[in-house]
Amino acid sequence: MSSTGTELTAAGAKAPRRRRRSNFTKKDRTVLFGLVGIPTILHVLFVWIPAILTVLLSFTFWNGIGGIKEIHWAGFQNYTQIFSLYEAFPKALRNNALWLGFFALIPTPLGILLAYFIDKNLKGSKFYQTAFYLPMVLSLAVTGIVWDYIFRTNGLVNSLMGDTSVESATSWFGDPNKNIWVVLGIASWRHIGYVMLLYLAGMKAVDPSLHEAAGIDGASDWYTFRKVVFPSLRPVNVIIIVVTVIDSLRAFDLVFIINRGRNGLELLGVLVYENIFGESSRIGWGAALATMLFLMSIIPIMVYLYQTFKAEE
Amino acid sequence: MVTSKKTALAHSITTVILTVIGALWLVPILWTMYQSLRPYGEVLKFGSFSLAKTINFNNYYTALVQSQMWRYFINAVVVALPAVILTLFLASMVAFVVSRYSFRFNIPLLMLFTAGNLLPAQLVFIPLYRIYLSIPVPHFINENGVLYDTQLGLILIHVAFQMGFATFVLSNYMKTIPKEISESALVDGASVWIHYSRIMLPLLRPALASLGVLMTTWIYNDFFWSVALLKTGNKRPITAALNNLQGEFFKDYNLLAAGATMAFIPTLIVFFALRRQFVAGLTLGSTKG
Repeated sequence: MSSTGTELTAAGAKAPRRRRRSNFTKKDRTVLFGLVGIPTILHVLFVWIPAILTVLLSFTFWNGIGGIKEIHWAGFQNYTQIFSLYEAFPKALRNNALWLGFFALIPTPLGILLAYFIDKNLKGSKFYQTAFYLPMVLSLAVTGIVWDYIFRTNGLVNSLMGDTSVESATSWFGDPNKNIWVVLGIASWRHIGYVMLLYLAGMKAVDPSLHEAAGIDGASDWYTFRKVVFPSLRPVNVIIIVVTVIDSLRAFDLVFIINRGRNGLELLGVLVYENIFGESSRIGWGAALATMLFLMSIIPIMVYLYQTFKAEE
Repeated sequence: MVTSKKTALAHSITTVILTVIGALWLVPILWTMYQSLRPYGEVLKFGSFSLAKTINFNNYYTALVQSQMWRYFINAVVVALPAVILTLFLASMVAFVVSRYSFRFNIPLLMLFTAGNLLPAQLVFIPLYRIYLSIPVPHFINENGVLYDTQLGLILIHVAFQMGFATFVLSNYMKTIPKEISESALVDGASVWIHYSRIMLPLLRPALASLGVLMTTWIYNDFFWSVALLKTGNKRPITAALNNLQGEFFKDYNLLAAGATMAFIPTLIVFFALRRQFVAGLTLGSTKG
């Protein structure tokens, strides 16, 4: 199902024979305009314009209650205030960075490793393949609830550790020094399967003759994987890096369902939400935080676009 | 490949290790299902880590009927179904044009859609929330007369966002369909609309099916947008409604377990029944050669 190299040639090959605009009838032109125009307008109106407005709002003061007339120019004050006054901000920044670092170091390589083993088609691979995929189908909200039964005070882990009393048992979600690690573990439970899936699909597309050539040369499986398969999967590697970075920046649902992202589980995405819907409505702060998220996402987005479209330029 | 005794042993060890990890992977899901089948009173008495004396579906009945969870399932369908159909329809239109005609805007347009899909939702929703509050809708859609707090608003944002991904995937898919098919249609004098609706759209069916399965799961699983754009609890689709149920089922964790299980069972069914489509949908967009 995955596309191969043919599309790359298909995109460019017909360029010299392209139909000029003047060849279209008036009706065709209207139809073409509608086919492109309607979806584009919807997309721009609901995604890009609000995104740009957020960036603009980040330079204003607005309590969100009054009308648009209540918006006042603020310069960079929202940003300076966030950096100097907002106690939750450094925690959120640290947690997002931790999330990214952890994802890059643990679940992502583990997912690749699993893909390597599963690609060997050993006995019983159907079973564990399914097991690793499953978490990916669950919503993050359900994931949070499901893991709550494992880590709650009287949950499975504490039961196995033999202490489920409220006074003395470990509070996995309540202890601000521990809970972020627990959450990262839970998020990894889901991320590993995703990476594995993307990687397996990529590996299936690797030319089998590469494998065979390496096999004849007497190279071990692992050596072949490292020296032949892995480098040839550069596009997939880039996509996995991009997915990892973007997911780390967007993280929201899991901590929100666990404790609304407080007490050690602060994340930038949650702070944006809290500034809009929380007790004190500070649109400017929320917008500034969202803009920071945006600036951080630009790099992976650019990398992704470059990787994807460079062949077609 | 040559399989010596040594590698055979290594393979068996690998299989055992992976099977054990795979089994551990399922523990949280199975554990929640187990709790959902037990009465709360019994768990209170013996602890959650105990052999069940009573196993029944009472929690499911209570959650579904007394707490009216069935409403939230209907909400989920009411949102996901039109959103997916509309997304696929609109995305296929753009994908058709950019992959069948050589306009200069093709690549910039695809980049716009692809990048839009990757933007953080938080960046979009602050003004969107205000915009939704100021867009009037007829009172039969929302008694407050604005787009905010309506399922229609939720559908629109899902369509706008998911369209980015779907357009990208469908245009890739369409480029693999031989140009000759289009050429012969054009020679026969087919109009643009006929070319799109009668010739290309039917050929897209496998990709539409895969994407449809994947996006239904995504929209069904959405939490952020439902919580941000729907204030009224009983308008929310099931995934976001679990948040209310958590409060409503205060302390009756076995009831909540039943609620959570019911929420994920449809996605599990989809996964097992349509696994090939699901996986194809995911990899269609992400592995390019």
